[in-house]
Amino acid sequence: MRFRTLKELAAISLNEGKTLAEVMIEDQAAETGVPREEIVAQMADYYEKMKEAVRRGLTEQTVSRSGLSGGDAVKVLDLAENGTPSSGDPSSRAMAYALAVSEVNASMGRIIATPTAGSCGIIPGVFVSSQERFGWSDEHMVNGLFAAGAIGYVIANNSFISGAEGGCQAEVGSAIGMAAGALVELRGGSAEQAMHAVGLALKNTLGLICDPVAGLVEIPCIVRNGLGAVNALAAADMGLAGVRSAIPSDEVVSVMLEVGAAMPSGHRETGQGGLAQTPTGRKLTEGLMKGRKPLEPEAEEAAAPVGEGAE
Amino acid sequence: MRFKNVFSIIGPSMVGPSSSHTAGAVRIGLIARQLLGTEPVSVKIALYGSFAETYWGHGTDLALAGGLLGYATDDSRVAEALEEAERRGIEITFVKGVGLAPHPNAAKLELKDADGRTAQVVGASIGGGTVMIHEMNGFDVRCSGEYPTIVVLHRDRPGVIASLTAVLGASDTNIGYMGVDRKGRSAEAMTVMELDSVPNRSLLEALRRIDDVIEVTVINLSSREAKDE
Repeated sequence: MRFRTLKELAAISLNEGKTLAEVMIEDQAAETGVPREEIVAQMADYYEKMKEAVRRGLTEQTVSRSGLSGGDAVKVLDLAENGTPSSGDPSSRAMAYALAVSEVNASMGRIIATPTAGSCGIIPGVFVSSQERFGWSDEHMVNGLFAAGAIGYVIANNSFISGAEGGCQAEVGSAIGMAAGALVELRGGSAEQAMHAVGLALKNTLGLICDPVAGLVEIPCIVRNGLGAVNALAAADMGLAGVRSAIPSDEVVSVMLEVGAAMPSGHRETGQGGLAQTPTGRKLTEGLMKGRKPLEPEAEEAAAPVGEGAE
Repeated sequence: MRFKNVFSIIGPSMVGPSSSHTAGAVRIGLIARQLLGTEPVSVKIALYGSFAETYWGHGTDLALAGGLLGYATDDSRVAEALEEAERRGIEITFVKGVGLAPHPNAAKLELKDADGRTAQVVGASIGGGTVMIHEMNGFDVRCSGEYPTIVVLHRDRPGVIASLTAVLGASDTNIGYMGVDRKGRSAEAMTVMELDSVPNRSLLEALRRIDDVIEVTVINLSSREAKDE
């Protein structure tokens, strides 16, 4: 890719008069040698699957394999449709849709990792609800996914996108930043405004730990996706309003790296700290393990694999 | 750059719940099946680290079984893969891996088919559904499955690797990564090559005709097809 930082990405967009989406599509084609039409078709297929995951999560009974989660998306949708949500109708719909996709994920349903499965609800939540609200075409939304991908590409290569490496800030935080920046572009904002929205969003999730109960992608991951979608809408609004991230967004990304690297392993997807180790978190974990026989160790004669980089 | 393209950020398409513990596990199972080249009848799987601790809640067992059945990461049948394996008469057993693993999320798979042929794979799931194979059939060789990959079992003789690369070069096939390991001097060796394009049948036949080449296997996780013959 021609860009390594958000600043470079915005500069290419500005200098060449192209959207972030267009820059991403062109660079992807140049990098992989895959024809443009194939790249766009694959992303369009992914968007269809995102819409399907939203639909499934809102209409089918999704229960996770552990039984710990499910059914919250429908509750929030009911409030949006029949009640008076404090955050307003668009926010509560984005929240319901994001919860829906994350619940589908927990029930072993089909999702698109954006950027990971743990954070797969935020982008579909923001995109599908905004498409309905503003009457956008699928083509417009697919472009938005390329814009989100360009932002995520910079974050992933300068920091991280997995909870095991950098905590929840790396998964849910990255997804919020990607959704916020992409939404600014979808609504006609400039590349510069989009980049400020990314920085503003990321600042709000710095330090967020990854502490899932029993190590599962359920508690608190699903709820964080719902709330993350609302954050993304808010950060996009700040960007569109002209609010600037006083600390440039690339510098915020580097802080995510700094904070994630300093995070203790108990707060990086091990289930050994945070919410997972609360009295209730431990009780839920014990309940899941009850009656479940641990795996037998493999027989001695089978030599264990030895490789480098073992922890 | 650890992440090379937009679809490693938006994607993969997968069944949940975890890109590392589910999607990555499907890919490891699928690579093992492709290395065997046929349907296995029995598979022993050793799970290491976080795979061993949290496999049940993440469906890592179902995902590995799904890959062994030939499913893709987003095949909705993954959730019923163990039942389907039983229906097909494939015996899959899980144990906890002992000793050092190459990564916190790792598995070792030992497969056997109806003719008694075997294959063995040690693979790690390194995040976002991306995997790294660390060992194949006892050889210390790598492959990611991100590119079409040729696995060649051959005798350890001077000039074999030059012949392999000459055949690829002649068919205008570019090698992105290459690894070689041998069991001992003049014994069997394995060469693994990640390619920029899917090898077609005539290319594979040309590789198999090389002296001292014993076996040529293709691993291809993408849906991209071979270019015309």
